[in-house]
Amino acid sequence: MMIERLSQLYGAKGWLAIAIFLALVCVLMPVLYLAVPEDSPFHVSAWLITLLGKIMCYALLALAMDLVWGYAGILSLGHGLFFALGGYALGMYLMRMIGRESESGSDLPDFMVFLDWKELPWYWAGTDQFWYCALLIVLAPGLLALVFGYFAFRSRIKGVYFSIITQALTFAAMLLFFRNDTGFGGNNGFTDFKRILGFSLADPATKATLFIASGVALILALLLCRYIVTSKLGRVLTAIRDTESRVRFCGYNPLPYKLFAWTLSAMLCGIAGALYVPQVGIINPSEMSPANSIEIAIWTAVGGRGTLVGPIIGAALVNGAKSWFTVAFPEYWLYFLGLLFILVTLFLPQGMMGLAQRLRSKRNTHES
Amino acid sequence: MKHLCRYCIATLFAVWLGNAHALDATALQNLAMGDNDARITAIETLVAAGDVAALPVLQALQDGALQATPTGRLLIVTEAGVTDAVTNQPLAHAPEDASRITINNRVRRALEAALAAFKLFSSDSAKRLEAAQQLAEGDPVLLPLVKKALASERNPTVHNALELAHSGMELKSDDPQQRLAAVQTLGNSAQEATKNRLLVLLEKDGAGQFAEPDAKVRAAAEKAIAAIEQRLKVAEYAGHVFTGISLGSILLLAALGLAIVYGLMGVINMAHGELLMIGAYATYVVQNLFKTYLPQHLDLYLIAAVPVAFGVAALVGMALERGVIRHLYGRPLETLLATWGISLILIQLMRTMFGAQNVEVANPSWMTGGVTVLGSLVLPYNRIVIIVFAMLVLCLVWLALTHTRLGLHVRAVTQNRSMADCMGIPTGRTDMLAFGLGAGVAGLGGCAMSQIGNVGPELGQGYIVDSFMVVVLGGVGQIAGTVYAALGLGVMNKFLEPYWGAVLAKIMLLVFIILFIQKRPQGLFAAKGRTVEG
Repeated sequence: MMIERLSQLYGAKGWLAIAIFLALVCVLMPVLYLAVPEDSPFHVSAWLITLLGKIMCYALLALAMDLVWGYAGILSLGHGLFFALGGYALGMYLMRMIGRESESGSDLPDFMVFLDWKELPWYWAGTDQFWYCALLIVLAPGLLALVFGYFAFRSRIKGVYFSIITQALTFAAMLLFFRNDTGFGGNNGFTDFKRILGFSLADPATKATLFIASGVALILALLLCRYIVTSKLGRVLTAIRDTESRVRFCGYNPLPYKLFAWTLSAMLCGIAGALYVPQVGIINPSEMSPANSIEIAIWTAVGGRGTLVGPIIGAALVNGAKSWFTVAFPEYWLYFLGLLFILVTLFLPQGMMGLAQRLRSKRNTHES
Repeated sequence: MKHLCRYCIATLFAVWLGNAHALDATALQNLAMGDNDARITAIETLVAAGDVAALPVLQALQDGALQATPTGRLLIVTEAGVTDAVTNQPLAHAPEDASRITINNRVRRALEAALAAFKLFSSDSAKRLEAAQQLAEGDPVLLPLVKKALASERNPTVHNALELAHSGMELKSDDPQQRLAAVQTLGNSAQEATKNRLLVLLEKDGAGQFAEPDAKVRAAAEKAIAAIEQRLKVAEYAGHVFTGISLGSILLLAALGLAIVYGLMGVINMAHGELLMIGAYATYVVQNLFKTYLPQHLDLYLIAAVPVAFGVAALVGMALERGVIRHLYGRPLETLLATWGISLILIQLMRTMFGAQNVEVANPSWMTGGVTVLGSLVLPYNRIVIIVFAMLVLCLVWLALTHTRLGLHVRAVTQNRSMADCMGIPTGRTDMLAFGLGAGVAGLGGCAMSQIGNVGPELGQGYIVDSFMVVVLGGVGQIAGTVYAALGLGVMNKFLEPYWGAVLAKIMLLVFIILFIQKRPQGLFAAKGRTVEG
């Protein structure tokens, strides 16, 4: 029953694409990175592995955004906050694992030594346990989203109102984390990580593992989201997106549906953040800046809302372009990004997926 | 030349007081011939006599321009010529046996205090005030001079400061009666420094003895301290209210246009902050044009900048509406993203045109400085001007919305767009003009902000979240909501800041707003009935 339902999530072509993607991420790329010698033209550099790993984390983020924006019609401008919270949760563990190898040589993280703190604050308790931090990665963003979402959806805040309040939320959180006294390293955040679960982060094998983990997490999240949006729950979500008041008149209470999608999305963001931090090696409050969060929306819009796969492609395209632009023409990147925002909303409301659909249907009508 | 002027002014004083030749001869003799101790005594004698004629002599001594002959004749020798210090007669050349009087640091200190005391007779009231404040901790030797100044002082501010200095000196008197009077006078002050001065009296030394031996004086001191503290507290609260209103009027200028546009079209303009920035840069450009072409009227640049800022921002706003936003009606979330894209482009454009660094916009001279109220509270003129300006803009916008045809159209479209359309109101044109009005008000806000903060490409980003919160809290469709929300948030922010710090205060306000819209989801002043969406 379950297997049957799962196999129906995608058609044969879809499953084939997923299999190819997994083969690329889990086998081909790691082999090219680890086993092929560096002077070979087929060698994949550590830089590329990190970049692709990073982009897959962003893709997961865009997927989470699509779940709430594309299917429930909730545009969040605060998803960067959940992403950063997940990152900070794992970052706490990574900081504890530095141990006495830090510059100060103390048991405490360096920034606490600089602040002249004698012991860990209470909310750092237990962060030397990986399982606890792993829980924190989903629970911290999840709980915040649950509480915030409950109050917001209960008073029927929606549309742009909701968007700008989420923006204010991430802005306030950014200010909070910028403070040294908050206990998360202030401006500099966490960095200089050494190892995770006993494995050195500088080791290529660890890098490859994190890369594979990002890819697998992305595919699992895609299947989970696909499962949700093709279920009855997903139908109700779509109905809420289209006309919330009509759904209410039909006897449904939209609150639990929206809250579920919203909280799940925040948890996925937390996971994305946790995978992102060990690969990039730093987490600081600028991840919570409103500009970062709003960029997530454009990845989703570029790919095509309400398609799940589209946002993944969109995140890859925009971030690929970003890493090329910021090296080649750093001063033009913002022009490009700004134009992208305007042109996509004006001319490509359905994103790349919509464009592909239109081209395909055009070809079909020509053929018939 | 500068020296010459100083001596001229000092001499004028001397002549004005009409006793140019009545300086204490022995003191002058000591100054010329004596050792350092004798010189200090001489300076004190001159000060105690309170004769302004001594000022040029002492000034010359400090500047190293005072020379003496072995016979005790004093001469002031400058580049401009030689004068006899006592008779003030110009001489053709200095006697050959004259030599410069050198002084050591001890003498220099005494000299500085003395010169400060003499400043009490300057014709510039600001200088007199400064001197009086300097003397609050002064040596009792200068008392006669302060008394003399007190008798002739007309300016109330300086008079107050002199009284404080006077009682501060009398505190050191040996007569308990005099000290008591001094303490009572000090109790009228509203300054931290005076309070500290009095607190010293209540301290015990190592042997358990009070610094002030008389119990009566101590009791009076306690009373005086309590009175000063009370006044300080009042000043502090008044200060919070003032800075709060100042912040509120900035928020009002930033949010007013946003609220109009949101009420009218239901779109949030994320580029609104950049319209503020454009207004600020327009002010900068006008300032530079004045610097280049009309330097003599530089102080007036701000008045010219106001309409320019309004016009430029309004034009940009209307272009945005026609070019982008019009095509996205009915899709508010997409509008939000598109306007964000516009804001990115505008920020980068400003970086390309003016550089990424902040540019310098100076206050015109009539906006620098401030007025002191309640003793210790300084209200800067630039903030006062901005509060008045914001009120003025508010009145104009209100008039525009209630007494013009455009305003009538805006209100009609805000209430019910399709019905207004049916009645023949050109909704498209109304949108464009209202957007222009909102953008123009933002430009005015930017012009105001350039006077109190940094002007840089990121100027708008700093205000955008706050001004959104004003809109959320105030609701749309009525200006009153925006006004109350802006001023309320401004004042609350400033009252919370001292207790929780700026960051936590912001977070508290956000929590407050989220809880508030639980009760009133449409904000403080909701438009009734018709705008409920389907």
